[in-house]
Amino acid sequence: MMAFLVITAIAAIRRTDLFAVTMLFGIYSFLTAVLFMDLDAVDVAFTEAAVGAGISTVLMLSTLRLTGRFESSRRRNPLLPLLVVTVTGSALVYGMLDAPPFGDPQAPVHQHVAPRYITESPDEIGVPNMVTSVLASYRGFDTLGETIVIFTAGLAVLLLLGMREGQNLRPSRLAIGDFLVLRVVVKVLVAFILLYALYVLLHGDYGAGGGFQSGVIFATGFVIYDLVFGEADVRRVLPPRWLARLAVAGILLYAGVGIFSMLAGRPFLDYSVLAHDPVHGQHIGILLIEIGVGVTVFAVILAIFYAFSGLRRPSQVA
Amino acid sequence: MYNYFLAVFLMMAGFYVVIAQGNLVKKVIGLGMFQTSVFILYISIGKVNGGQAPILTEGVTSYSNPLPHVLMLTAIVVGVATTAVGLALVIRIHEAYGSVEEHDIQQRDNAEDALLEGEL
Repeated sequence: MMAFLVITAIAAIRRTDLFAVTMLFGIYSFLTAVLFMDLDAVDVAFTEAAVGAGISTVLMLSTLRLTGRFESSRRRNPLLPLLVVTVTGSALVYGMLDAPPFGDPQAPVHQHVAPRYITESPDEIGVPNMVTSVLASYRGFDTLGETIVIFTAGLAVLLLLGMREGQNLRPSRLAIGDFLVLRVVVKVLVAFILLYALYVLLHGDYGAGGGFQSGVIFATGFVIYDLVFGEADVRRVLPPRWLARLAVAGILLYAGVGIFSMLAGRPFLDYSVLAHDPVHGQHIGILLIEIGVGVTVFAVILAIFYAFSGLRRPSQVA
Repeated sequence: MYNYFLAVFLMMAGFYVVIAQGNLVKKVIGLGMFQTSVFILYISIGKVNGGQAPILTEGVTSYSNPLPHVLMLTAIVVGVATTAVGLALVIRIHEAYGSVEEHDIQQRDNAEDALLEGEL
């Protein structure tokens, strides 16, 4: 497993064909997801598989379409960088020798707040998936911050690249939809992908999943349809300006839950005001903010994809 | 324990790409590798021997630490958003310079500087 990761990483460094490098990086992401699965981090593996292997590969390929596929073969002397890397790596390994042994239950990380999350969260939050209860309830502030970071990143991409409205869309015959098999398979698949995304969103309390994964998967459904049938169709369903509004709506929903609990006389993001029973309130609160996160992530990812795929090579504009 | 060394190796591999190779797209991929190595490190730290995935199940008493999972889960999604910003910058650089090779970009900058100084 780890050997595979190492080999993929080295191959990705050595190839000069950036298309191959991107594909290798996708494989690398998948391998990492499997490794996370092995280390009990099901939610993280899920996210890595959806994000690393799916969306980032598509974004990299869109970039390559504009900047060219091959790296120039001119290489600088690799000795000095290799020396720097070896020295830094040795220092890090030296530091790690002091770290607690792998998998030791007595390690300091497992002593502080984690036991409380594990033993108390079933009673306090009433949600079986501890990752969800930590993400959405105990550390709700963090997650709000992360969502805002994602929103800001989306904003930055739109500022840098701009978004094309209406005119000048890539006509559907330039898409790869000429193959009947692809058209049929994608048409059937899209419905299931979107349904699955909703399941992941609403079922995140009980199994692996939640707003982040769901938003990414929902966006993947639109991306795959776009790739096969061309931009015009997808943008008729969801015009770019609506994406910006959706992204804002998601954050407002999240922050709104916080403001609501403040108005009800409790601290920011205290869900106990949402129902008579505090545990039930937690349920509603977690669901609401997961929806907020999901909507924002979906809108931002899709907006970024629109911005990347809407660009033309200089030769194509004319 | 090997997980820690794996994380260091991948981190250094990403670091090497960033400092030694001139292509900006490849540098972004190197940063991605660097980032993944940090994820692997955190998740390895959260693992408990004999523990199960942190989803409440009948008859399971030992769970792995959910906290690193939460931190890394959000970091992955934030990571793809910031990677997109990086790629957007690369595309704009390509528009302005017609190249994504560090060497060519620097050469053009130097040539323009020389031209400006000549005018002064």
